[in-house]
Amino acid sequence: MIDMQDVFKKYPNGVVAANGINVHIAQGEFVYVVGPSGAGKSTFIKMMYREEKPTQGTITINGIDLGKLKDSKVPLLRRNIGVVFQDFKLLPTLTVYENVAFALEVIEEEPKKIKKRVMETLDLVNLKHKARMLPTELSGGEQQRVSIARSIVNSPKVMIADEPTGNLDPETSWDIMNLFDEINNRGTTIVMATHNRDIVNTMRHRVIAIEGGQIIRDEQRGEYGYES
Amino acid sequence: MTSSEVNTDMKARTLRRHMKESMKNLGRNGWMTFASVSAVTVTLILVGVFFVIMMNLNQVATTIEEDVEIRVHIDLAATEEDQKVMKEKIEKLARVESVEFSPKEAELDGLIDSLGEEGEAFKLFEQDNPLNDVFIVKTKNPQDTMTVAKEIEKMEYASKVKYGQDMVENLFDFINVSRNVGIVLIIGLLFTAMFLISNTIKITIIARKREIEIMRLVGATNSFIRWPFFLEGLMLGVLGAIIPIVLISFLYHYAYGYIAPRLEGHFIQILEFNPFIYQVAAVLILLGALIGVWGSLMSVRKFLKV
Ligand SMILES: Nc1ncnc2c1ncn2[C@@H]1O[C@H](COP(=O)(O)OP(=O)(O)OP(=O)(O)O)[C@@H](O)[C@H]1O
Ligand SMILES: [Mg+2]
Repeated sequence: MIDMQDVFKKYPNGVVAANGINVHIAQGEFVYVVGPSGAGKSTFIKMMYREEKPTQGTITINGIDLGKLKDSKVPLLRRNIGVVFQDFKLLPTLTVYENVAFALEVIEEEPKKIKKRVMETLDLVNLKHKARMLPTELSGGEQQRVSIARSIVNSPKVMIADEPTGNLDPETSWDIMNLFDEINNRGTTIVMATHNRDIVNTMRHRVIAIEGGQIIRDEQRGEYGYES
Repeated sequence: MTSSEVNTDMKARTLRRHMKESMKNLGRNGWMTFASVSAVTVTLILVGVFFVIMMNLNQVATTIEEDVEIRVHIDLAATEEDQKVMKEKIEKLARVESVEFSPKEAELDGLIDSLGEEGEAFKLFEQDNPLNDVFIVKTKNPQDTMTVAKEIEKMEYASKVKYGQDMVENLFDFINVSRNVGIVLIIGLLFTAMFLISNTIKITIIARKREIEIMRLVGATNSFIRWPFFLEGLMLGVLGAIIPIVLISFLYHYAYGYIAPRLEGHFIQILEFNPFIYQVAAVLILLGALIGVWGSLMSVRKFLKV
């Protein structure tokens, strides 16, 4: 599913954020990426959806070699990867429904299919009843659920999340984690960078620890392993 | 439904969406939209007036040029035999197309006709015609008029050689100079208008930063992301062409109504209102569209990097 071989990333300013990464993530896995601030977690994740290109090494997602992928084909890759961030990146002037539908409209999906898929997805994230509200009228947890709905509305095989609970209180974070678990149970691969020790130690999954751009630990049902 | 039908259907829908987006942007940037459209309007009014004048001068110059003939006044001392020899000599010149003999009686008739009522007075001369017989010489190429005229001047019995080239050349010189001055002025204005449009588009791009970021994230193609900005530029340019077209149509309508009757009976003419004004409109719309698309292209390339 996701494959990295000898991946290096040196930013133009000289910072080496990936320093020889080798990893394989199978279809349907749930992976936490942990490590101290500045370790290279976000860089690791950005290279998967080709927001950043590695300076060396090969990355394969879903059989697509990202090194050989033309810039013009990047959109097709992105359609198979859902991405969620700490700041929800919702469009403030659009309603909940419109925010989710946006992801399908801009890839020129058929209107009938858009309506059906958006309603199904809002149902899944439990926000059907707030479909007409604006993001500003929602709580942080609800906003994150809209953003998750938008990332999965096109049924991607992979979902990538960079600190999705970073802005949420513990209780709301658990709601989001339960949602992730449900999405994962439907077969979607999930890669999630996090600083949340509680979550990693309670909802056990594979843990990849990165420090100084290198994988220093990779355990099934691992622990967070840092004092936070 | 075949797949191609699905496809065209999708394209129409996408285009509608892009149009809607661009209109929304135009409205959102109210003042910048106004400034850009005004700049295009001013530019195109000048371009239009200039174009109309240039095309007409050109038309006049071309009609005169095509009509250029050399009039060789034959010395009164020449006998009929001398005239025949002279005609043959002129006909043998390399660049001469035709030589026509016009006797002095015909010349007087022509003069009387051309003067209209005042010409009546010249009828007195019919008994004792003071005019010369004339050879009317046409060259194969209008540009050769002068050379040929100079050669004929050297011949025996050529008392006076006249041709319209001087006037035509002066007119062409004038057209060339004013064309160059006009073009420089217009290019300056075009760039100003383009710069304003590109600035408007830049503001739109910045205002829609997040939207663009999300489009990229969920896999919208680059062309999908860019289209609304091209359309916005296009609309700014085409909107700017409306007032110039209306204004110039009115002006030309009146100018034509005033000038055309006064040129009647002369061989020079100005361009007819229809179809000329449609050509002007097409040029202005095309130019407006070009400024608009170019302006947005500049901003899209600078601020919408992949
Ligand atoms: N675009 C960039 N240009 C230059 N350096 C960068 C860029 N992005 C990240 N870096 C550097 O690369 C290193 C790794 O950054 P990264 O964002 O991947 O860390 P992280 O593990 O996600 O940290 P955090 O937990 O704070 O989010 C850091 O030293 C950072 O300063
Ligand atoms: Mg990070």
